[in-house]
Amino acid sequence: MGFLKKKRWQRRHLMEAFMKFIMRVSLVIVAGALGLILWIIVVRGLPALSWDMVTKIPEGGYYMGKGGGILNAILGSLYLAAGGTFLAMIFSVPIAMYLKTYLGDSKWGQYVRLALDVLWGIPSIVYGAFGFTLMIALGIRASLLAGIIILALIELPIMTRAMDEVIRRMPVDLEHAALALGSTKFEVALRVVTRQMLPGITTAILLGFGRGIGDAASVLFTAGYTDRIPTSLMRPTASLPLAVFFQLGSPYPEVQQRGYAAALILTIIVLVVSLGSRWLSARLNKYTIK
Amino acid sequence: METHIQVKNLNVYYGKQQALKDVNIEIPKKQITVIMGPSGCGKTTLLKSLNRFLELTDGTQITGEVLLDGTNIYDREVDVTEVRKVVGLLAQRPSPLPMSIYDNVVYGMNIHRMKKDRKEYKAAVRHYLEIAGLWEEVHKRLHDPATSLSIGQQQRLCLARGLAVEPEIILGDEPTSALDPISSQNIESRLIDLKQQYTTVIVTHTLRQAKRLADYVIYMYMGEVIEAGLAKDVFSNPQHERTRQYLEGLF
Repeated sequence: MGFLKKKRWQRRHLMEAFMKFIMRVSLVIVAGALGLILWIIVVRGLPALSWDMVTKIPEGGYYMGKGGGILNAILGSLYLAAGGTFLAMIFSVPIAMYLKTYLGDSKWGQYVRLALDVLWGIPSIVYGAFGFTLMIALGIRASLLAGIIILALIELPIMTRAMDEVIRRMPVDLEHAALALGSTKFEVALRVVTRQMLPGITTAILLGFGRGIGDAASVLFTAGYTDRIPTSLMRPTASLPLAVFFQLGSPYPEVQQRGYAAALILTIIVLVVSLGSRWLSARLNKYTIK
Repeated sequence: METHIQVKNLNVYYGKQQALKDVNIEIPKKQITVIMGPSGCGKTTLLKSLNRFLELTDGTQITGEVLLDGTNIYDREVDVTEVRKVVGLLAQRPSPLPMSIYDNVVYGMNIHRMKKDRKEYKAAVRHYLEIAGLWEEVHKRLHDPATSLSIGQQQRLCLARGLAVEPEIILGDEPTSALDPISSQNIESRLIDLKQQYTTVIVTHTLRQAKRLADYVIYMYMGEVIEAGLAKDVFSNPQHERTRQYLEGLF
């Protein structure tokens, strides 16, 4: 008989099997929860999802089950999230660059990162309340602009920290390789660093967008809600999360069903954005140095 | 023997620590010069002084001169990007740029605007990949990512990329230390082939490699040049006790 005997079930093998079992159970629970969520919004929302839902604004009696749709909320959410993401990007790119270039891993660098992480953890209702207080102090009413600003504040820490991690993983060798060929620092930044970091930065931006478009509590205070399509930054605007919230709270079954349909639309938007970002970063990632 | 690079009274400090002490050497044109010595003796520092890479480290102080055909590369009027175009570097680990094989070779030519149109670039890419001995292996997949190559191939790509900007000098900072024996041999034979056209300066910590490559040898110890001269003289008859000990493998 050789050295390889038939496997004997020892304690370590049992442990291995047990741990594997726990991991599998965890996976099933999490995947199951996701599946269940999707199942519920599809089953309950799909019957109410019609062309009118996505192309019309609420008509008279909409909230009692009559005609119309939630185009106001769809557009409102897109405006809010796009505006917030754009504004957050304008600030987070320089902050991330400053962190990398000047603060690095210094004491102040660590403080700034800690502050951003704390901001990341603050519940959005607190942001909403903060925005509301600020608006009262400044005499501004609930508006698209106020919603955009507050969403930008919510997205900023996520985007900055995600970019910070991407930039920190930038290999120094790469800059040196480009410099050794006689590049100026600007050429290194534009042609090499950007190429290496673009996929990560894209992911960071879309992460921020995803957070922004799904947020209900902060826009409740700051952007308000209206049945009209927003035509000005200074007017209030509807949003999908609040459309879900208000309609689900209705006593009419038809309206509740429309709430699920709104949730379905929101989920589809988020899904499209995240699949799109995956596709984009896979394309951009083709040449990056791992 | 014509001098290409002359280093005069070069002192380098990293903060308060002195890394090079009053270095005076002459590096001959179109020969392979090998800098050797124990770890931390300043080999790499000396090498990096030749393409002004030292200033990439914060807190570095440099005094003295490095004359390239008589021009001090540390002169205020000298453009550092021109220095690095003339003095190419083959790093310790190959570090391809985040782009395709083709674009890696094109990159340097492109920033220096060396070619007129796509046709010229294409021809140049082929030419330099052939010199680096990589063309046969990659000509069917020029647009694949450079990272899809093996480490040895990547180093040859870096060589092609460096040669494409038409340098006069090639610096090699232990250019084979990350490679397998066959790839190392491949790089070594490229360097020997190229020495007719380029002044080559190699840092190595392997004595055998130094013996295989060197026409001219610089032996350093603790930031000082102990001995410099023709390889055949230094290897057969070292003038200094320290060089003799190093060559005999006593430390």
